[in-house]
Amino acid sequence: MKNWPLFEIFIRSKSGLNHKHVGSLHAADAAMAIENARDVYTRRQEGISIWVVESKYISASDPADSDPFFEPAQDKIYRHPTFYDLPDEVKHM
Amino acid sequence: MDLQEAKLKYILHLADNALILGQRLGEWCGHGPVLEQDMAMTNISLDYLGRARLLFQYAAEIKGGNTTEDSLAFTRNEWEYENVLLVEQPNTDFAFTVARQFFLDAFQFPYFSLLRSGKDKRLADIAEKTVKETAYHLKWSGEWVIRLGDGTDISRQKMQKAIDELWTYTGELFEVADYERLMIDGQFAPDVAALKNDWETKVSEVLKVAGLEMPAPIWMQSGGKTGKHSEHLGYILADLQYMQRAYPGMEW
Repeated sequence: MKNWPLFEIFIRSKSGLNHKHVGSLHAADAAMAIENARDVYTRRQEGISIWVVESKYISASDPADSDPFFEPAQDKIYRHPTFYDLPDEVKHM
Repeated sequence: MDLQEAKLKYILHLADNALILGQRLGEWCGHGPVLEQDMAMTNISLDYLGRARLLFQYAAEIKGGNTTEDSLAFTRNEWEYENVLLVEQPNTDFAFTVARQFFLDAFQFPYFSLLRSGKDKRLADIAEKTVKETAYHLKWSGEWVIRLGDGTDISRQKMQKAIDELWTYTGELFEVADYERLMIDGQFAPDVAALKNDWETKVSEVLKVAGLEMPAPIWMQSGGKTGKHSEHLGYILADLQYMQRAYPGMEW
């Protein structure tokens, strides 16, 4: 069991919302990862759908690149949709 | 024995199965082979304890007087327990726990499916909840029989040993106790004897996929359903009942 691969777990908490990363766990394969995730991450009604992906398939941005990646967005407030009035009926924006 | 008496004994039989297996699975808490399976087994344990409570509450109402779910669970003696011998067998190792669970789940899934249409509304409602839980338990235990049977040489060996050694306790699942006979005849309970063929088919299918041998027919142990237990039950009750025996009526 020590050489079981690591899986990242994503849970959809209710219909209409997106799957969110909740953590990771070990399992022999994807089917077992889903069952394990059911037991570890949804025992208090946290979700209605589970995605799993083996951690090695996730490519991540390099923290060292964070300045050139993310800072240029800081002074471009015109990219935020804050100049619109949202109708009250629109939720989850 | 009248019908009311039979019903009480029958409900206690179902409740005792749930309580004792729940207690056994709970012994894995903090000792699972990996964290994920530690959680899986204790989740299943809690499903069983929840089921035991619903059944003990119902039994206490039928019995009346000062009887409560707690007095039924914590102050009866071994010979008053009517659980099958299979559920009191020790965890031994992960393979034994999986085999015990699989034998029982493969029996309980069709059993509780049928109990949903029994004449007792309260039991039918409890069965409704139980069927959903059991469907998941069966998936879990069946998957593990296959994974261990079809795993390494050692896991296969351990799984086969567990299947062989627990086989002698499976016959009792299909024996009809006298109180149960009255319940079956009154269409309150499913006829366990009629479930045997389907159970054997299900078990042999899974064992085949797992690459394991179906045990040859052997002499079967019995007695649990009528209060004749293996030595293990006394030790379980000693753990389970200690607080209520030492401090009668204590609450927290």
